Amino acid sequence: MENNVIIDLKNISVSFDGERIIENLNLYIRDGEFITFLGPSGCGKTTTLRVIGGFLEPDGGDVIFEGKKMNGVPPHKRQVNTIFQRYALFPNMNVYENIAFGLKVKKLPKAEIEKKVKEMLALVNLKGFEARMPESLSGGQQQRVVIARALAVDPKVLLLDEPLGALDLKLRKDMQVELKKIQKSLGITFIYVTHDQEEALSMSDTIVVMDAGKIQQIGSPTDIYNEPKNAFVADFIGESNIVDGVMCRDKVVSFSGHTFACLDGGFAENEAVDVVVRPEDVDVVSVEKGMLTGTVTNVTFKGVHYEIIVDIGGFLWMIQSTDIRQVGDVIGLQIEPDAIHIMKKSEYSGMFGDFSSFSEEFDELSDVNAGVEVEDDA
Amino acid sequence: MRKSVAPGGSRANLIPYSGWMTLFVLIPIGLVVYYAFTGVNGFTLSNIGWIWTYRKTLWLSVELALIATVLCLLLAYPIAYGMSRASAKVQRNATLFIMLPMWMNFLVRTYAWMTILEDTGLINSALRAIFGEDFSGLRLINNHGAIVLGMVYNFLPYMILPIYTALTKISYSLVEASRDLGANGAQIFGRIILPMSVPGIISGITMVFIPSISTFIISKILGGGKDFLIGDLIEDYFLGNSGVVNYNIGAALSLVIMVLILVATFFMNHFDKDAKTSGGGSLV
Repeated sequence: MENNVIIDLKNISVSFDGERIIENLNLYIRDGEFITFLGPSGCGKTTTLRVIGGFLEPDGGDVIFEGKKMNGVPPHKRQVNTIFQRYALFPNMNVYENIAFGLKVKKLPKAEIEKKVKEMLALVNLKGFEARMPESLSGGQQQRVVIARALAVDPKVLLLDEPLGALDLKLRKDMQVELKKIQKSLGITFIYVTHDQEEALSMSDTIVVMDAGKIQQIGSPTDIYNEPKNAFVADFIGESNIVDGVMCRDKVVSFSGHTFACLDGGFAENEAVDVVVRPEDVDVVSVEKGMLTGTVTNVTFKGVHYEIIVDIGGFLWMIQSTDIRQVGDVIGLQIEPDAIHIMKKSEYSGMFGDFSSFSEEFDELSDVNAGVEVEDDA
Repeated sequence: MRKSVAPGGSRANLIPYSGWMTLFVLIPIGLVVYYAFTGVNGFTLSNIGWIWTYRKTLWLSVELALIATVLCLLLAYPIAYGMSRASAKVQRNATLFIMLPMWMNFLVRTYAWMTILEDTGLINSALRAIFGEDFSGLRLINNHGAIVLGMVYNFLPYMILPIYTALTKISYSLVEASRDLGANGAQIFGRIILPMSVPGIISGITMVFIPSISTFIISKILGGGKDFLIGDLIEDYFLGNSGVVNYNIGAALSLVIMVLILVATFFMNHFDKDAKTSGGGSLV
């Protein structure tokens, strides 16, 4: 373990009404990093955040903050501040009073408060908004005030619980950039919770992928994307073709009736594995040149590329190509060794089928639901 | 604020409302004003002057109504606060129990207090059972305390409910946020909860003070008719209980009370101008 660890979670368990929300979670967080808990609603990410913030006592395990055990220490005695899912701005105070709140309860001298508030307003690009009431601000501005208010009390760690969930897409992207900028300029640790994989990939130094109260994988965004540990991670982050395969020997894998060269090893001979191939890593070639051949069943124009669903021996693959193909075309597919990622079989194997049930609309709907359900994600 | 007629609607929809208001609010108030400023010889201001004669009665009414309002506030706030923090089931039941006495007639409830408080009433009988027949008993009725008790008992729900409504509107996330920023219990209450419940407090004060200052039944039943309140006085002038019927003086006294309440309410709502979130809804 590195010596600049700021938070260490050891064997954390949390249950509600006999239901395990978090099971034996171990995690350390380095000082100054932007770490994201990513997972579907109900995966335990918000619960983990609440344990760190001190809003929730774990049933088992220790929360260690700079080497000191923090169990039982109330939220305001930890050097942690939280940005809540919904804007919890005080409606009876203006922007200045909201940001000054934490400083006023600490009874700091007035001049110092004023200086700090000015500084914070500049940081979040809200100069001149001092006298505005929260209700007169847009959603994005309100969230900036919330951020300024939390940062005004100089926390060592800022916890952010889906802070951009209520913003529209464009604003959300702007705020992502801004949050990252603020985090870098202050150099403090941000712990971010989201179910939006794109948000996690674009902002984080480290991503913690969670499901069913357990950490599925910890790694940098590129690690998580390129080297998913199991079918859940592969499916949750980006689009993936996950097929059953057999490891013939090191660096040789067989799936979909063809034997491929790959880069992975360390499996038993003829071990059954899950094979992940990202849609953008598949090359469309002529039938003769193809390692696999299949029939195009669906084509969707996505702007940068076409999303093509191909039936290969009854399994529907998704591939992304800049060349247009027509439904009914028989095409050949080529997969380079570095495009193939091998995973050990896990409890998630076989849970994510092919793209036969895939529809854009359904995907978006489930996204919306995830946004609504976060409340249950206690 | 003036609002234009909703699209698709027409002013015809307002007829029932305007009809009701004209018939039962505007015309009666017009009559009150008319009687207040007229006498046998036409226009006069002398009716209004009677308030000076009855200044002690007026002052007693204000005093008792204020005491009752303050007591209601002190009792209601902790009750409302406890309710707002309780589980949904407890909140429902508590609201029901607060409303329950209101299902009975106001007069009956007040008479019930009489049978409890009077010299041969429930409390004194119980005390005699304990201390023997020689016990002289407590003077619980026919005094200012009994009148205030009657006001507090009858009007307490009107204080609890608006405060409770205002408190339930305060999102718990605000409490969490202020605690997160380092505020302790007293600071959270003083800076967040109390200021945000002001609209409810103002509604409650208005809804308790107005019926308290104008009551004539409570003082009659629990005050023993010894302590005349301004409401009793007005009733007397209209019904002639003390042998004199004078609509003009009665109307003038009513008008004074109305103006007094109007000024008080206006003043109260001024307090409310910062708190934009209205709690139980204000009356003026």
